[in-house]
Amino acid sequence: MILVLLDVDRDALDPVSLQVLTLSRGLDPDVQAVVAGDASVAAEAAAHGAGVVHVAEHPGLTDYAPRATAKAVVQLIASLSPAAVLAGGTPRGNEVMAHVAAFLDAPLATDCTSITMGAPFEVTRARWGGNLLEESSVTASMLLATIQPHAVAAEPSAAAGTVQAFTADLDDADLAVRIVERTGAAATGVTLAEARVVVSGGRGMGGSEPFAMLDDLAALLGGTVGCSRVVTSEGWRPHSEQVGQTGTKVAPDLYVACGISGATQHLAGCKNSKMIVAINTDGQAPIMQIADYAVVGDVHAFLPLLLAQARAASAG
Amino acid sequence: MNLPTSAKAVIIGAGIVGNSMAYHLARLGWRDIVQVDKGPLPNPGGSTGHASNFLFPVDHTKEMTELTHESMRQYKEMGVLTECGGIEVARTPARMQELQRRMSSAKSFDIDDTQILTPDQVKELVPYIDETVILGGFYTPSVCVVDSLRAGTIMRERALEMGALSVFANTEVLDIEVVDGHVAAVLTDQGRIEADYVIIACGCWSPKMARMAGAIIPLTPAVHQMKDIGPVPRFADAKGDIEYPIVRDMDTNMYERQHGSGLEVGSYAHRPILHEVEDIPSNAEAALSPTEMPFTQVDFDLQDEHSLELMPEIIGDENVREKYAINGLLSLTPDGMPILGETPEVKGLWSVAAVWIKEGPGTGKSVAEWMVLGESEIDLHASDIARFHDHHKTREHIVARTSEGFNKTYGIVHPMEQWASNRNVRLSPYFEREKALDAVFFETVGWERPFWYESNAGLLEKYGDAVMPRTSEWEARWWSPIINAEHLEMRETAGLVDLTAFCIFDVIGLGALETVQRTALRQMDVAVGKVVYTPVLSPNGGFKSDLTIMRLAHDHFRVVTGGAHGMADKKWFTDQLPADGTAQVVDLTSTYTTLGIWGPAARTILQAITKDDVSNEGFPFGTCRVIEIGPLRVLASRISYVGDLGWELYLPMEQGARLWDIVWAAGQPHGMIPVGIGVYGTTGRLEKSYRAYGNELESEYTVVEAGMQMKKVKDAEFVGKAAHLAHRDEDPAAILCSLTVDDNTSSTGEKRYMLGREPILTLDGTPITDRKNRRSYANSAGSAPSLGKHVLMSYLPPEHAVEGTKLLVEYLGEQYPVTVARVGNAPIFDVTNERIMG
Amino acid sequence: MEILVCIKRVPMVGAALILTDDGTELDTRRLGFQLSPHEENAVEAAVQLVEKHGGSVTLLAMGTAESEEQLREQLAIGADRAIIALTDGSEPDPQATAAGLLEAIRADGAPFDLVLLGSESADVAGYQTGIRLAHALGLPVVTNVKGLSITDGVARCERAVGSEREVYEVPLPAVITVRDGLNIPRYPSVPGRIKARKKPVTTHEVTIGAPRIVKHRLVVPPATAKGTTVLEPNAEGAAALVEAFREIGVLS
Repeated sequence: MILVLLDVDRDALDPVSLQVLTLSRGLDPDVQAVVAGDASVAAEAAAHGAGVVHVAEHPGLTDYAPRATAKAVVQLIASLSPAAVLAGGTPRGNEVMAHVAAFLDAPLATDCTSITMGAPFEVTRARWGGNLLEESSVTASMLLATIQPHAVAAEPSAAAGTVQAFTADLDDADLAVRIVERTGAAATGVTLAEARVVVSGGRGMGGSEPFAMLDDLAALLGGTVGCSRVVTSEGWRPHSEQVGQTGTKVAPDLYVACGISGATQHLAGCKNSKMIVAINTDGQAPIMQIADYAVVGDVHAFLPLLLAQARAASAG
Repeated sequence: MNLPTSAKAVIIGAGIVGNSMAYHLARLGWRDIVQVDKGPLPNPGGSTGHASNFLFPVDHTKEMTELTHESMRQYKEMGVLTECGGIEVARTPARMQELQRRMSSAKSFDIDDTQILTPDQVKELVPYIDETVILGGFYTPSVCVVDSLRAGTIMRERALEMGALSVFANTEVLDIEVVDGHVAAVLTDQGRIEADYVIIACGCWSPKMARMAGAIIPLTPAVHQMKDIGPVPRFADAKGDIEYPIVRDMDTNMYERQHGSGLEVGSYAHRPILHEVEDIPSNAEAALSPTEMPFTQVDFDLQDEHSLELMPEIIGDENVREKYAINGLLSLTPDGMPILGETPEVKGLWSVAAVWIKEGPGTGKSVAEWMVLGESEIDLHASDIARFHDHHKTREHIVARTSEGFNKTYGIVHPMEQWASNRNVRLSPYFEREKALDAVFFETVGWERPFWYESNAGLLEKYGDAVMPRTSEWEARWWSPIINAEHLEMRETAGLVDLTAFCIFDVIGLGALETVQRTALRQMDVAVGKVVYTPVLSPNGGFKSDLTIMRLAHDHFRVVTGGAHGMADKKWFTDQLPADGTAQVVDLTSTYTTLGIWGPAARTILQAITKDDVSNEGFPFGTCRVIEIGPLRVLASRISYVGDLGWELYLPMEQGARLWDIVWAAGQPHGMIPVGIGVYGTTGRLEKSYRAYGNELESEYTVVEAGMQMKKVKDAEFVGKAAHLAHRDEDPAAILCSLTVDDNTSSTGEKRYMLGREPILTLDGTPITDRKNRRSYANSAGSAPSLGKHVLMSYLPPEHAVEGTKLLVEYLGEQYPVTVARVGNAPIFDVTNERIMG
Repeated sequence: MEILVCIKRVPMVGAALILTDDGTELDTRRLGFQLSPHEENAVEAAVQLVEKHGGSVTLLAMGTAESEEQLREQLAIGADRAIIALTDGSEPDPQATAAGLLEAIRADGAPFDLVLLGSESADVAGYQTGIRLAHALGLPVVTNVKGLSITDGVARCERAVGSEREVYEVPLPAVITVRDGLNIPRYPSVPGRIKARKKPVTTHEVTIGAPRIVKHRLVVPPATAKGTTVLEPNAEGAAALVEAFREIGVLS
């Protein structure tokens, strides 16, 4: 039997949990799930192959409390003796499973992309942010592992499951760490390092005046302006805006590089951005190689077009 | 665009050098040039991408100064140059003297805006310096920074606009194909390109490229550490790249330069950190770029303290932080000079390597001229790849000499300074005997040569003040008064000189005469047994070399030349061989040893050990033949580079020791002494006004200017003939003169002796420039013991090239009176050459 | 406030990871080393807390003697002393890592109010060392922290989840693991470097038990070529970008 830890936040099941259920069915026909305090997702879990959904109950389990959840899972393990306990390789999945492993003094393999049951267990897990895979064996009577998000696609299962509640035995120490409050994003203003969107300019901007267009675009996209080293050297923008190995390293959702060829030291500071848009006259420039969208053309001609359309979209 | 399948030339590398080559080859008319680089553009990841990009024009080497000067001109023309000035500061009295020496080099090589500053004057220009730790500075207002990446892009674009170039970034060279000794094609990961010429311009990767073709480029990647700190409050309002002069803290081997809001601190003081080419990560593997390696702070600890001493206001500010620090890779060579020219191993394969930003465009122009026109305007002989002897190409030699040389980057390097590492590589058969005579060995291309013999110290008493003793440590360094004593004694008795370091190669075959005729200025169609001393001209009629050729048979010539330049001479002769294979060059350097004997007693000594007739009639000057000396057959050649009667004796290396013993025994009754190269290379030749290649003779000077033209020019064709004929028809812009120093006494009353490269000035202290814009400076300087004078040689414009003209020489900040003693090729000592001809 | 920051020396990698011939390790011969990224934020947070509340920052690195390079770097930005938990250089599994750190902390003997770690290391990324250490020390632990302040002996920890922040509060002593974005780590200054050279670095040899997760080999996953969409510099291109901006939710 494989026990899957469900990652639930305020009645919402993290989709990775469904992926883990799917993967578990391929390892063992008997898949059960455990969730702390919140039975609302039981049906969804059952629809993805959890034969039994165990709900840990305790007055203290009102919101996410990692150690308490782990303690409950450990108690369930004692009664169920599963062959493996799996969770999603999400922040919470990894965290609760690490507590479980610490309680049991057992090994935990995180971010696995594949698992083979046996003695020992064979796993493939991600290292270096997924840029490298590690093939390992895990020596344990029971496998504790988390599954890398999107390692498999979630597939529903025809079987229907049941819900079984159990009472977790928790002490104050288990409940000491839990969510006490939720707030919006930090109200510290948009700094370069934290900005969701960075609109950056390089030598191709040609001077300080055209940066006004970047200021406008950044404002529209809720971001901030960055620049390359040559721009600060030329005195067009302050050093605090410099992106790169020698300036600030950024990893925003969107990085717009305008007139930046992409010196290595600049790329080192922005290559982890989720989406990169590059506007440059040189289609062979290094920044173009790592861009999701490459606009081969003059920033001075193209930026006004982009600004106009973005403004229209924003207003509409 | 797909990679073409053929090209006239493939340039490997798109750093400052490759881009300069692309532009200048295109400018000189070449088309169908393909440039490849394995990295992206505009910064493919080599040293150009992280270079500090500043240029200090003053250097003690003329070639470097000229290349830097020309590069500055090009950077300025491209609009990528910012003049900021630069100050080399001194913390020690020895450095202050060195700064005076730099003043001299500046004047000698035509940079006039330099001055020596007091600490307060330095502080005025660089207000963040602590002036109390320095004694002064050497200020060059024309010091500048350049944007080398931008310059590269401009040059590439110009070549593209001319339709001469196609460029392929992200294209890695996998192999270079060679067919019958000539480069044939470049194999890349994007396809194969057939090419007539392949130019290796890949900086520290160059050895790897050369190896693919079976050639050797002896350089090593080495680390230069630098860190960029900031933002500096004082620079908050700085506009542009640089506003304050660059400071070179010479005594700590460091520099500090403002860079925007930051201060860049660089060092040549750390331990030598050398890498193998294979150690350099690929573009993909590198965290930054391949040549921006991780900074190793532990190697910079001392430099932090030194920079703090000099610039406490900035360096000591806790809020000024390290933004960027790298172990930047650059290329180092065993002798510190670039590696330029066609490789001796592979025709059509050219090296343009170990070139720094400061000389990049000038080097590109010069090598392009060399490729297209056969010769560059700037004489590149000190950078010629053909200069290397075989042992120079070993990893051990490269590592030893670059390690030793690295910390001399800002060092006070004496002109005669000897290397300590990798010695005793080439030993003559006389080595043990010389050691027993307490020889002091100096090295030339691996050979250990006695510079003087401590066993001759007894002569000092005999000659007293005639040896012109030196009290100043600087001039006494790498020198001994024994040299002058040996000189004087040789002129009285005889001297035995080990000349094994000669480079010797034979030209043989039916086409041998044609080859040497093509190469030599003088008539080589001479009788067998003749010895001809001849200039070798470059295509433009300048000096490519000067050397001696013996005709040993109708189809057999033996070329004897100096060791230092010998390998380049060998390549030059090889390049002149007829295409039909009727002549060959055979290197016999390691086959034959040479022993010289000169002096009034030379003939008596030689006659005592041979039955052959060595009388003036039986063995005239300028002839050679085999004589028997005891059990040895020795090729004797009656010439002289020291101004006395005597012979060079050539015989197989393994028999040399026996010859030494025979001559030694015969010489004793006549007072013969062993004589070092100090006499042979300097004192002996100077009082006879004999010229030396690399000092007086360079491609920038003509035969007429050197005063070495013959009455008539031979009918046979030779390289540089047309130019030489033209030179004979025009008035020389300058004439090589011998000058005597009238008074060596300095302001402190000490006798001071110039060592060479000092500027010659008119009596009012003005530098002298000829109509070809060349400065007059001391091409050579040294003692002339027989005259009791210090002697200089210098090219002077005709108005000054008059015997008896009074001029000045500037040496370490002071001026000394000199007199033009001889104009042209005329000896000061033994004017009628009686001693040689006797 | 006495703060311990556990740090790890990891290779400084570029875009491509090159493996040793036997495929079990990263080939680091041509690489430099650095601090695992989140830990830069941990040290910065510790230095800021000490600047505000007083106390001292102690660093602890487990690994070979070469770890001193990274320790000196962080001593230069303001930490006060450092400990090397010296190993033979073989890679411990996460259980052994926590055990080794614990051994060094006990050997050192000093008490700490706060133990900071990175949320996961750049190379192994086990997400568990801090939690295991907390259990062993009998301390509460908050992980993945991107906002941290301490008032009256209670640490207020913020964790970023989507556009929200979850807030946790733990009384000290506690273990907290932090991540990138918590702060902007300062670079060292030269005076900092010079001071760092004189700061004490002590060494405790630790023994690493046999790993229970046994690494057989490493594999570089097949490259998933990043498809670059090339757009024309015209209105259509601009429209395509605006659409892309909308898809990722940066434009309404």
